Amino acid sequence: MENQKQTQNKPSGIAVFFDELSKSSGMVTFLAILTGILIAGLLVALTTVEVYDAFSISFWSGIKEALRTAWNTYSSLFIGAFGDPKKIAAAFQGGDGLEIRRAINPFFESLVQTTPFIFGGLSVALGFRVGLFNIGAEGQLFIGAMTSVYAGYAITGLPAYIHIPLALLAGAAGGAAWGFVPGYLKAKTGAHEVIITIMMNYIAFKLSDFMLRGPMKDPNEYTPKTPWIQESAQLTRLFPDTIRFHIGFFIALGVAYFVYWLLFKTTWGFELRTVGSNPNGARYAGINTTKATVVAMSLAGSLAGLAGANEVLGLNYRLVPSFTSGYGFDSIALALLGKNHPLGVVLSALLFGFLRNGSRQMQLKSGVPIDIVSILQALILTFIAAPAIIRSIYRLKKPDHEEETIKVGSWGGN
Amino acid sequence: MADTKSMQIENKQVDKKKTKSHRITFGIIYLVLAAFIWIVFVNGTDTSILTTFNMTPGGSSAYMDDWIFPTASTLSTLAFICAIAGAYQIIRGFGKFTNGILALVAGIFIFSFLSWASSGGSINLAGLLRVTVVRAVPLTLGAMAGMLCERSGTVNIAIEGMMLTSAFVSTVIASLTNLWIGMLAGVLTGGLIAWIHGVLTIKYKVDHTISGTVINIFATGITSFLSSKFLQKTDYQYLNEPGMFPQIDIPVLSKIPFVGPILFSHNMYVYAMFLLVPFLTVMLFSTRWGLRLRSVGEHPKAADTLGINVIKTRYMAVILGGMMAGFAGTYFTLGSSGRFDELLTAGRGFIALAAMLFGNYHPVGAMGAGLLFGFFDSLSAKASILKVPIPSDFLGMMPYLATIVVLAGVVGRSQAPAAAGKSYDKESL
Repeated sequence: MENQKQTQNKPSGIAVFFDELSKSSGMVTFLAILTGILIAGLLVALTTVEVYDAFSISFWSGIKEALRTAWNTYSSLFIGAFGDPKKIAAAFQGGDGLEIRRAINPFFESLVQTTPFIFGGLSVALGFRVGLFNIGAEGQLFIGAMTSVYAGYAITGLPAYIHIPLALLAGAAGGAAWGFVPGYLKAKTGAHEVIITIMMNYIAFKLSDFMLRGPMKDPNEYTPKTPWIQESAQLTRLFPDTIRFHIGFFIALGVAYFVYWLLFKTTWGFELRTVGSNPNGARYAGINTTKATVVAMSLAGSLAGLAGANEVLGLNYRLVPSFTSGYGFDSIALALLGKNHPLGVVLSALLFGFLRNGSRQMQLKSGVPIDIVSILQALILTFIAAPAIIRSIYRLKKPDHEEETIKVGSWGGN
Repeated sequence: MADTKSMQIENKQVDKKKTKSHRITFGIIYLVLAAFIWIVFVNGTDTSILTTFNMTPGGSSAYMDDWIFPTASTLSTLAFICAIAGAYQIIRGFGKFTNGILALVAGIFIFSFLSWASSGGSINLAGLLRVTVVRAVPLTLGAMAGMLCERSGTVNIAIEGMMLTSAFVSTVIASLTNLWIGMLAGVLTGGLIAWIHGVLTIKYKVDHTISGTVINIFATGITSFLSSKFLQKTDYQYLNEPGMFPQIDIPVLSKIPFVGPILFSHNMYVYAMFLLVPFLTVMLFSTRWGLRLRSVGEHPKAADTLGINVIKTRYMAVILGGMMAGFAGTYFTLGSSGRFDELLTAGRGFIALAAMLFGNYHPVGAMGAGLLFGFFDSLSAKASILKVPIPSDFLGMMPYLATIVVLAGVVGRSQAPAAAGKSYDKESL
């Protein structure tokens, strides 16, 4: 093929560039995100009453109003995620420290939102690499938050450099325990992890409700809340007040690198990936698939548990019942978007974090419900999972090599 | 040749060993349950205490006297029966009655728990069972939806999303028109989403679990989005007032004491379940249509060679399954709550899948499993009335815990259709 290309009339550099571009999977990812944004924008316009009012005046004013609505939505999303450029410029000219921090806060707040996504995405991605679908990240996150907050308030008199790692470890251990159960059941009985982890989620929610109203309740409060964690367990914040950015973000990056190293640079990680890509071959090669399944689910659980720990130790400093974060579910889309690679996970976690933070501002300013983000995520995920759709919409060329698709085993345990 | 034969013999021996250890495990479980009933339930109750089971649900005209019995002596008898069953199970085993005995022991245990929890007071047994039947409806219908898809080779974990969306659509349409049109709209919505699932899995060969998850995320997003944009606003309240299907008392049958109010005094969803279960059983297992559908799920290549259109059959089965899930979804609003709230399905779609697996891909089994899960659901709802020292959160966990226990294969692993979850590719070998 390539020889032919070269001998025939030599294509110009730009043509080759576009040719390669249209075959690359990065292009598909980019177009998947773009298409998702377009469709979600259309949905926002279609569910806005003003647009229909404008259409009743004339067709063009309707189109104009629809575009204006979509533009307003996305611009308030952008400002919510990155901060208002005008405000930032004005604040820097003014030179007042507090004003500057307020202006740049949205950007750092987005990073704060990104952090649990990195942990959660790594959790799901690790599962996928071993052929396991961890829908239970949400429940593991809850349990992790619970155990770490306990370690945070019950243990006293430790210096921060011991207490913080200890509380984080407690969170990881809690999540690991919650991941171990489906892993063990999958390995020993063949019960499919998808349903087991979903059931574990509901049990985790009920359990945390019980704990907050019973054993872990702060006796000085009327409503179910845990006590505040010790100051020595709080993740250090890097800026003075109003900016909540804390070291959790860097811990997440470190953990991402660790997962990368584990999966791609160690024999053990190679074994795990072999189990994921070819379980029968792995068994034939003498890899203990039972152990791999159990360990992978526990590890995935501990990563999700860290996401929960990060939230309570870095932001809330206590556990409240309305801790329903949705991070665990969003992490599924995120891991797939990042092609289950730690670096991809970090990048898509950034995208999701900025989207999530921006969407709050969007809800306040333009009245578009925050749920539009999960619609957007579902759309993007659909196009990522079925690249053929994107390729046929944009008339992209087929890649030379087979595209990697994700496969999750069926019920029968195969 | 000789190799395969020796392997077969080896397998048989392994199987025998397995059944033996299985047998003993079950026997030990029975003994533990017997001991539990004895130690926890019997020892804690005074011999003079009585348990009262009300046999008439509230508001029913078919009256039956309350059932009153002494708690401690009844429980000790039941513990004794359990212990005998356990001992016999360990020594001899029950052979082909194993599953029946398992169900019996489980039933005894639950009965003991109820008598103990309501000792000195009363519990409305008829009401509990009546609610069980009601709660079983979405689970059974959902399980049959999953079954239709999976028997044809498409794994469908999007039942939850289909239910949620159709619940939403049926609420809005029924508020604007009437109940029946609303229900029909819900059914069609389920079919439409199933068609999308079909396109993704059959045409684009997306992994079935991932396609299902995408649909679930999308359904959650779009229903919450539209709900908070319209249904929760006071201006649009008229969109969230669909009304409910009325209760229909079946003449004569509903007058039978105890059984009548439990089975024959419901709205049309319960009767639809009673009719759909045998109908689907006949369709799947006694008609050409059913044979073709199942063959496509077991061995698509062979079915294709015989001239069955695999792709078309799968689309049909998936869409029919989606319509069934849509019908189940309309139950939540038009048959149960009379309004739409965000995430009102609360994981029932996934429990329905567990019911499908537990029911071994058979409509009757699905209904049995649906009734079992429905019972736990009903029990956890009644937890506050029981004088139990168990926090309501723990009873609330019971449907989910039961699902895990069932799936982990206490009753043995169910046989999934061979080609379930595998997209069919004509070209590949």
